[in-house]
Amino acid sequence: MEILEDKPGKKILLLGNEAITRGAIEAGIDIATTYPGTPSSEIADTFSLIARSFTKQKKEPSFYFEYSTNEKVALEVAAAASITGLRALTCMKHVGLNVASDAFMTYLYVGCKGGHIIVSADDPSCHSSQNEQDNRYFALFGNAPMLEPSTPDEAREMARIGFDLSEELKLPVLLRTTTRLNHVRGPIELYKIKKPRGKGHFEKDPMLVTVPEIARLQHPILLKKMEQAEKISEKSKFNKIINIGKPDGWGIVTSGVSYNYVKELANDMNLNVKILKLGMTHPLPKKMCEDFIKSCKNIIIVEELEPILENQFKVMANDLKSKIEFYGKSSGHFSRLYEYNLDIVADAFSKIFKLKNPIIKPKESKIKLPSRPPALCPGCPHRATYYAVKKAAPKTTIYPTDIGCYTLGKAPPYEVADLLLCMGSNAGTACGFAIATDQKIISFMGDSTFFHAGIPPIIDAVHHKHDVVITVLDNRTTAMTGHQPHPGNDFDGMGRSAKKILVEDVVKGCGVEHIEIVDPNKIKETTEAFKRALEFKGPAVVVSKSPCIILENRDKKKRGEKIYVYEINQEKCKNCKICISKFSCPSFYYSEDEIILIDTQQCNGCGNCADICPFEAISPKEVKK
Amino acid sequence: MKGKINIILTGVGGQGVITAANILGKAALKAKLNVFVSEVHGMAQRGGSVNCSVRIGNVSGALVPSGTADVIISTEPIEALRYIQYSNKNTIIITDINPVIPYTVSIGLEKYPEIKELFKELENFGKLFKIDAVKISKDAGALITKNIVMLGALAATDILPFKPEFLLETILENVPKKFKDMNKKAFEGGLKAIKKY
Repeated sequence: MEILEDKPGKKILLLGNEAITRGAIEAGIDIATTYPGTPSSEIADTFSLIARSFTKQKKEPSFYFEYSTNEKVALEVAAAASITGLRALTCMKHVGLNVASDAFMTYLYVGCKGGHIIVSADDPSCHSSQNEQDNRYFALFGNAPMLEPSTPDEAREMARIGFDLSEELKLPVLLRTTTRLNHVRGPIELYKIKKPRGKGHFEKDPMLVTVPEIARLQHPILLKKMEQAEKISEKSKFNKIINIGKPDGWGIVTSGVSYNYVKELANDMNLNVKILKLGMTHPLPKKMCEDFIKSCKNIIIVEELEPILENQFKVMANDLKSKIEFYGKSSGHFSRLYEYNLDIVADAFSKIFKLKNPIIKPKESKIKLPSRPPALCPGCPHRATYYAVKKAAPKTTIYPTDIGCYTLGKAPPYEVADLLLCMGSNAGTACGFAIATDQKIISFMGDSTFFHAGIPPIIDAVHHKHDVVITVLDNRTTAMTGHQPHPGNDFDGMGRSAKKILVEDVVKGCGVEHIEIVDPNKIKETTEAFKRALEFKGPAVVVSKSPCIILENRDKKKRGEKIYVYEINQEKCKNCKICISKFSCPSFYYSEDEIILIDTQQCNGCGNCADICPFEAISPKEVKK
Repeated sequence: MKGKINIILTGVGGQGVITAANILGKAALKAKLNVFVSEVHGMAQRGGSVNCSVRIGNVSGALVPSGTADVIISTEPIEALRYIQYSNKNTIIITDINPVIPYTVSIGLEKYPEIKELFKELENFGKLFKIDAVKISKDAGALITKNIVMLGALAATDILPFKPEFLLETILENVPKKFKDMNKKAFEGGLKAIKKY
């Protein structure tokens, strides 16, 4: 594998996420843990790919890797390994750090031994997320040293050096990335690979047990470490000043991917500026920043989302009694919303410098285009479950939903998503609706979500006898983020055999008295099961079991089994539109003369349309290629 | 090379748009050029609209600015128009002529525009090349090579800072042995379709 080549100086093209994995391998990573989440997933998936290729060849990879049950568990597993002296990496999407934050905040008091990098992949513009929170606040909140890369190669280097930084400070380091770093491919220069340590050793230490008296001792130690971190930040190669043209009093402070836009535009717009490019953004190199403030008359701050650098620079300028002018979010030149790009930064620069905007405002088309939102795939078993639910449930039913492909049930014609907060919130909010209303409640979560955060609210429902129907859509994978395994699988992220945990066994163990286990592809039986669950007084759980169609068809192809696609017999079709308007599989469409057809390229051969057609007009036709 | 090359690749999730963008990036790096490829992952891949940027040369930002695309390559006609803000009057627009109907249209919530109108509109924005990439890819062996057909078409323009043979070589380095012939045919099919114009 190219990513494992020990050829220092060689240039290869890597995704930002893959570059982080490479950097960790160069640093001699011993253990990597995660819970998958866009835009972070490919960091862990790359570890998994490497580990599985070793397992396949009956060899041991140089590191341990796991898809943990959730982000908090992932952080705890890696933290303990680090405390024994091993090098560890834990990666997650931004909201994952909310889940892990309980461990994160006190882990910083305890500190680490082997280098530990915690990667937070933030998602400005919410490309694949329920919010666009700025996790740089977590570095300030918990007192964690923080690195922010601008390019894939810098991400590799920060991951590599981050382990040394972490060991020097005995603190986990937050590597804060954003989608436009995670999902950008760029040239990276390979560095030599260090040998991992392999096994750690735990030395008992009363300072590791954070009872109040120890916590009171650890907090000042943490603050001392941050003073030391500031000194490191002053000398860090990741913090630097770049002069463009002949700087004449204008300075620009920036970090992360915003730096790329600043650099390109400063050149293209022939600006005379000095750029303070910050890569170690917590703690800031205070002296370096103060000197920068003193050397400028005007400072522009370019950072996505929250005014974190801006506020800190204003405090420093105030302490210096500087009369410097700031241009940023509070001046109205930059937004706290969404990700930036060259257009946005060029627009702000042209206003601030009173220059012509080099980017021409685009013309718009007058033709109204149909939207193309993501949709449940043709053959997705969730569609069959939703179809059955809509048949069984009264109109006023409330549908709390969760994070996964099944959130796409929000779209018409199903509209079975009424409230979404976070992982596991379906069942917790279902309980709240049951207390507050007389409406029926059917909530939905996936199997991976069930293991991640779905179990405690089920226990709440059982203990307090809430009248809810909680559905676990068990498709045997973490589909949305790229089909990662979870505790319901009999194999793990390293391709080794693992203990498979059944959703229904856990639910039974939680004390749920009414459990329905259904195959959603049997739509009539599934409808009846939901009716029974709704009639039951108290909490009922429906486990709807059918594998993700993408995985199922992949396995069928491997086994040499045939996949049939379906067609409509136009003589039998009465054009009742149930298949297209009510079942709404994306492979159905109207021909120009309003005849309903199935696109055989899209059909995945689930056959559910044949079941719901009242006129038996749909049947399997040919084998899918 | 001097300056910048801005390429937009668009289409529908599952059509190989990201793979095509990735191969272009690898070819640029092989030619010892600076390159950034911006991709779309996650939820949008479930049959949604996909848009990738490839920027080669003196660039730092990975996203193509509005009105600066040298070329827009689309594996689906309306997806070319959806990202038309990247075009200027000199932009080359290469699109497959075969619509993929969004489910919003299938279930009757929205309308797919009249295809002739659509092509006329695209001509108002740039220099349009229409190819039947579905047919070319199927003739080559499988629809899955449609993205490679589009790369062949791109290679036929004089946008890229390397020769078509160089791009083909990169493609063949990145596909399994048994699919090499098929991909070669697909690439050459796309190349020919534009040369015929």
